[in-house]
Amino acid sequence: MVVFEKPHALCDVPLHYCPGCTHGIVHRLVAQAIDELGIEGDAIGVAPVGCAVMAYDYFSCDMVEAAHGRAPAVATGIKRALPDNIVFTYQGDGDLASIGMAETVHAATRNENITIIFINNAIYGMTGGQMAPTSLPGQVTQTSPYGRDVATAGFPIKVSELLAALDGPAYIQRVAVNNVKNVKQAQKAIKKAFENQIQGKGFSLIEVVSSCPTNWGMTPQQALDWVEEKMIPYYPLGVYKDKTSEEGEK
Amino acid sequence: MSEKVLMKGNEAIAEAAIRAGCRHYFGYPITPQTELAAYMAKRMPKIGGCFLQAESEIAAINMVYGVASTGLRVMTSSSSPGVSLKQEGISYIAGADLPALIVNVQRGGPGLGGIQPSQSDYFQATKGGGHGDYHLIVLAPSSVQEMADLTAKCFELADKYRMPTMLLADGTMGQMMEPVLLPEESGVTVEKPWALTGTKMQREHNIVNSLYLKPEELEKTNFDRYEKYSIIEKNEVMYEEYMMEDAEVCVVAFGIAARVSKNAVVEARKQGIKAGLLRPITLWPFPSEAVKKAAEHCKAFVSVELSMGQMIEDIKLASECKCPVELCNRAGGMIPSPEQVLASIKNVAGGNE
Ligand SMILES: Cc1ncc(C[n+]2csc(CCOP(=O)(O)OP(=O)(O)O)c2C)c(N)n1
Ligand code: SF4
Ligand SMILES: [Mg+2]
Repeated sequence: MVVFEKPHALCDVPLHYCPGCTHGIVHRLVAQAIDELGIEGDAIGVAPVGCAVMAYDYFSCDMVEAAHGRAPAVATGIKRALPDNIVFTYQGDGDLASIGMAETVHAATRNENITIIFINNAIYGMTGGQMAPTSLPGQVTQTSPYGRDVATAGFPIKVSELLAALDGPAYIQRVAVNNVKNVKQAQKAIKKAFENQIQGKGFSLIEVVSSCPTNWGMTPQQALDWVEEKMIPYYPLGVYKDKTSEEGEK
Repeated sequence: MSEKVLMKGNEAIAEAAIRAGCRHYFGYPITPQTELAAYMAKRMPKIGGCFLQAESEIAAINMVYGVASTGLRVMTSSSSPGVSLKQEGISYIAGADLPALIVNVQRGGPGLGGIQPSQSDYFQATKGGGHGDYHLIVLAPSSVQEMADLTAKCFELADKYRMPTMLLADGTMGQMMEPVLLPEESGVTVEKPWALTGTKMQREHNIVNSLYLKPEELEKTNFDRYEKYSIIEKNEVMYEEYMMEDAEVCVVAFGIAARVSKNAVVEARKQGIKAGLLRPITLWPFPSEAVKKAAEHCKAFVSVELSMGQMIEDIKLASECKCPVELCNRAGGMIPSPEQVLASIKNVAGGNE
């Protein structure tokens, strides 16, 4: 794995994530982008309900903890109050694509000038491994013990594809952090999502295909392999929408 | 400079909020508070403010939470079913000790209920409403003038005590048109060092949060908050007394019910019955001392409510059951008539038919 210097935007405290959990990598990428763009003093982050709930202790910018799924609405309020600040949310898949789907879609369609970092780990990590809206067909979880049956539990939600169908959002990209090449790609994407906001381009969401070795019942390496072999084929990486080169955005 | 204008109750709330420095409004359409949102939609863009029609009441209250965390004055308004949806967010606002105003222009319930006036959200408003131990300061206007004045008061108290406040009105109050002396311009006067503004690399990061995984810490936040509540109970109770000095029958009513009750009290006096009216203006904190005092010289209470009887419990508690409390009520969007209230007064006064 890539070893980073601790970015300034990350507090000097131990993160509580499980060994091999990719939440830690994504935290670093977010903090690094904040450092590189010199926006820590203006940044306000919104933490989710999920494994990343304690993100308010990890990022050294001002932080607020939102109710489950409501981060995009909270971020909307903050951005409307302080349009010159840089507002971002950091959310899991249960948070963003299940309980908070309405808030996500509507923030996107309003093209709120905010940045969303979306951790798709195909599971409800914090509550101990229940089926998520993004769990794969056949995936065994605590609440799909015989594997996700699409006949009764429906199909996984492809958030990037879904949001890209809207006219509103400025920038939607899906990345992964399972190998060095993908981490580099993710780093660029996350930085761009913040740059878009600085330039007033509007709503940017980066979906990060992630791993949860603990609740997938795998070793960290097995989990990264599973990302490569199962997740990425279902959730292809790439830029799904990019209006940022267009003129006349807000 | 103040001027007297003819306004609907809902519009008076909106204009008073703007004059109190509120520049952020979030709401979702619902009858009978529609005029409030419409007024905001018209005015906010003209004064550099923000009107946003949210995707739901849940989103609206969370947008309020976002603005409140930056320390700016902010509000939302709705009616009963919508206010139920806001409860999660209100609990978070209370738990994170943020100032904000929630307006409930009540209608009949439960469920989808109806669109006619009601006071059946009294329990929800005064006992917390969402999960966890908390209170809102709840003010109940009974004229269009008070719709305006108490809106300004709600913002002031929210800032002063760092907590959500509720203006609890009803459909009649919202639609009623009366002349109003609009309040003076005001704004935030207290320091808000806790607010999210960006650190500007000048200070440690601020965190707005209601999560405490250590039970001792969470307990302490609850104890501290209730310490604050006891100060509010001591200092912020508001009520109006009408002909209470020598009253033998004490009618207790707020909002629209108080207007009806006042007429009944006047009529009762004409007929030789010593009736008086105690009108709570703060529903939380409830004017318990005033009720207790009344219990010393009255022989009965009449609780007039547009509900199945909710405030009556607070009257019984405050009067320590020293004398009987009769319920005089209509529900589901119906309003008690002055005659009905008079009949209740006569009934408890005894043998004055
Ligand atoms: C209203 C509400 N419902 C349910 C929960 C319980 N809960 C906490 S975290 C969580 C799921 C989080 O999963 P996800 O968003 O995928 O984040 P992850 O832990 O996987 O990073 C749930 C259901 C809650 N806190 N609040
Ligand atoms: S439970 Fe899963 S998502 Fe949560 S910290 Fe552990 S590995 Fe990461
Ligand atoms: Mg998850």
